[in-house]
Amino acid sequence: MITLIVNGESRTVNAEESTPLLWILRDHLNLTGTKYGCGMSLCGACTVHVEGRPMRACTLPLSAVAGKSITTIEGIGAEQLTPVQEAWLAHDVAQCGYCQSGQIMAASALLQENNHPNDAEIDAAMSGIVCRCGSYQRVREAIHAAAQTMSPAGRAV
Amino acid sequence: MNRGKMAKGVSRRGFIIGSGASVGSLLLGVSVAGTARAKLAQVQPKQLNTFLRIDPDNTITLMMNQSEFGNGAYTSLTMMVAEELDANWDDIQLETAPTSPEYYSPIFGEYLTAGSITTAGAWIQLRTAGAQARSMFVDAAAQKWQTAPSELTTRDSHVIWQAGKREASYGDLLATIIAHDIAPPAEVALKEASDFKILGKPRLRHEGRSKVDGSAIFGIDVKLPNMLYGSVARCPVYGGKVAHYDDKAALAITGVVKTKQISAGVVVLAKDYWTAKRGRDALEIQWDEGPNAALSSARFYEEYRLLADQPGMLAENIGDAQSVIANSDSPLEAIYEMPYLAHATMEPMNATAQVSQDSCEVWVGTQYQSNDQEIVAKLLGLPQDQVIINRTLMGGTFGRRASKTADFTVDAVEAARGEEVPVQVIWSREEDIRGAHYRPLFVHKLRACLDDQGMPLAWHQTAVGQSIMQHTKHDPAYMVSGMDIYSIDGCLQEPFGVFPYGTHYTIPNHRIETHNAPKVGVRPHEWRAVAHTHTGIAYECFLDELAHAGDKDPLDLRIALSKNHPRMQNLLKVLKEKSQWETSLGENRARGIAARVYSVSPIAQAVEITLHGDGKFSVDRVICVVDCGFAVNPLNIEAQIQGGIALGLNAVANGNIDLEAGRIMQSNFHDYLPLRINQMPVIEVHIIDSDQPPTGVGEQATTPIAPAVANAIFKATGQRIRSFPLSKHGFTLV
Repeated sequence: MITLIVNGESRTVNAEESTPLLWILRDHLNLTGTKYGCGMSLCGACTVHVEGRPMRACTLPLSAVAGKSITTIEGIGAEQLTPVQEAWLAHDVAQCGYCQSGQIMAASALLQENNHPNDAEIDAAMSGIVCRCGSYQRVREAIHAAAQTMSPAGRAV
Repeated sequence: MNRGKMAKGVSRRGFIIGSGASVGSLLLGVSVAGTARAKLAQVQPKQLNTFLRIDPDNTITLMMNQSEFGNGAYTSLTMMVAEELDANWDDIQLETAPTSPEYYSPIFGEYLTAGSITTAGAWIQLRTAGAQARSMFVDAAAQKWQTAPSELTTRDSHVIWQAGKREASYGDLLATIIAHDIAPPAEVALKEASDFKILGKPRLRHEGRSKVDGSAIFGIDVKLPNMLYGSVARCPVYGGKVAHYDDKAALAITGVVKTKQISAGVVVLAKDYWTAKRGRDALEIQWDEGPNAALSSARFYEEYRLLADQPGMLAENIGDAQSVIANSDSPLEAIYEMPYLAHATMEPMNATAQVSQDSCEVWVGTQYQSNDQEIVAKLLGLPQDQVIINRTLMGGTFGRRASKTADFTVDAVEAARGEEVPVQVIWSREEDIRGAHYRPLFVHKLRACLDDQGMPLAWHQTAVGQSIMQHTKHDPAYMVSGMDIYSIDGCLQEPFGVFPYGTHYTIPNHRIETHNAPKVGVRPHEWRAVAHTHTGIAYECFLDELAHAGDKDPLDLRIALSKNHPRMQNLLKVLKEKSQWETSLGENRARGIAARVYSVSPIAQAVEITLHGDGKFSVDRVICVVDCGFAVNPLNIEAQIQGGIALGLNAVANGNIDLEAGRIMQSNFHDYLPLRINQMPVIEVHIIDSDQPPTGVGEQATTPIAPAVANAIFKATGQRIRSFPLSKHGFTLV
């Protein structure tokens, strides 16, 4: 039995401790917004926040997140969509949509660190998140738009 | 979230596939016309026609018979209904139409979303459904208010009688429709384009909200009570069988429930997917690898090259290309080679099934549910209508989820057969990459010559590869005298078989031959834009070679050769202007161009690349002009163009599946490299203004990008690449 905090709630799961967090979220806690794409931290579809930092849930064993605070796509805009989610909607970023939880989680983490990333910084932060539909141009546009909403004053120094 | 209970024999249920709180819930037992007439006080939902149902609370339900996998079908088709129905957009929700013939594609005659013809196929059908329903509400209001229908207007799901100062919502008029037995009119007038309020205007995705908050339900997200998860051990050689297996170690893992042999190999069932996969990895299996264990891509290239030298089946013979080339002093000749490609959708293949004695229910992201239903019914010996297919959203497909064998659905059904509970089988990424449905490997041999003005005079092309359609149920429609349209579409100057278009070029002597390579080793399958993914490269790169040999500008040459295709000629002139074709890009930079007609729609792209040394290159900008008739949803067209370019660019730069000793060498995203955001060019999309009926745009953009990039690399380096991907030749997309 391992306890972790998922989207602000304490959850106890009975699973083998090498089980990746991804399958704990999906199959044990029924949080299917976090996606399986590769199982090798190659595509980022499973990106969640662990203690506020973006991590790949598909290679993160349960034992490594005991007692840790996890935020998933279901958690970030539970009350009201975040500016990143709003920007994603307004720019119609999603096509098939499967990778978009990972894209949004990665973009949200980026904007926490850097409130006005340029294209090169966006590419550096987002290149781990694969979209086979090719939504990348709108991902860039939505991140710029969200940055503007979140801190209209401009780039921090 | 209520995901519903299993119920036997319920034939009209499916996912609510719209946005909002009901996403993923199941709709149970829909009442249809004739059952509710007596109870006006409690008006029941009413099926107005095949596609539309309305509830007293004004909810309009569109029975959606096309799949959503990023293509935008849910939005574009809803726009058609909303426009003609004068409905409030937010009132419309979607429900998966049942797998029955009234919902089959009017073009395919099957329940299938494919071929970039969704918009064209629905254009009249769904607008008519909307207009019919609107007419019924107007008639109902006229009866209720004792006035003439011509006095009434409609707006935002309401009928309005301005002179009589009355207004009623569609939901409120439902009781009148039922009481007066108002039937759909036999004929209705559709709006003129000048009256459109919704069609032709940018519209955000209908299911968009569910794709930003994690609530969208893909096949892999289906959860049913007591469901088990399955993971399959598959023979590393396609077509191989289990000789013997030992499951002691697998069964010793806590949570593993059982193992069983299915057609695809051995499936391990467990309480969660990770445990099932651990169980699968613990199996000890001896395989009978079968006859494919010696096959390799290298051998296929050799065999195909030899075949390309032999006379093939003659698909087109305009003029006398052979003699003209034979008599030429300086004929040109080249061989172009394209590898197998995997679809590698972000959501790996999966399906969920529950099988009982007399019925079967499946939950799957599929493009092709009539085929899934037919195959499952045969497999289980059930009447076809006892197989219920609940279609989910799809995490990409690019053609993969229109499986002719229903392979991933069959996995789940075989795994669930004999179980009391539903079973979900999920393919790992490795199984998905090695899943043996590929864009077939192709070799094209091309010969040509120029006239004394440097213009193409004769063209002779021989295409060699595995036929996709031969010996399938599509054989009669897609094979012409043994030739597969899906091997040569994009080479032919004239319409051929069921395809009502040829290339846009006119070359006076034009000969196209084809060989069907032996159908062994893997399963050739449609991959976004199908034949154009190889014919497009061969044709457009070799044409570039001819332009160079004849000292012609490659864009001007294409404009001249398109003299009998006014739409393309106009489009190319627009591209010339928008791309500032005649300006200089400076050192280490170059442009390339290609143009194609696919599924009727002309499209052309100009690319700008930069060389960064050591074989590194970037594609900085792509200017794309498309003529897809009336632009139903410009926002979605732009997305489809961006996406098509991304997939095509990825394929030409890095796409490669190798077969060696019967085994696929690639396995995951470290060796089958996907395009990443840093490699994404800036894409400018220009849509030609048109009042023609809409034609496809889902696959069109995938094909010009590959030859355009290869042509730009030639321009920049003088190196003509004729086998793909570019990475084989030391070129790295950055």
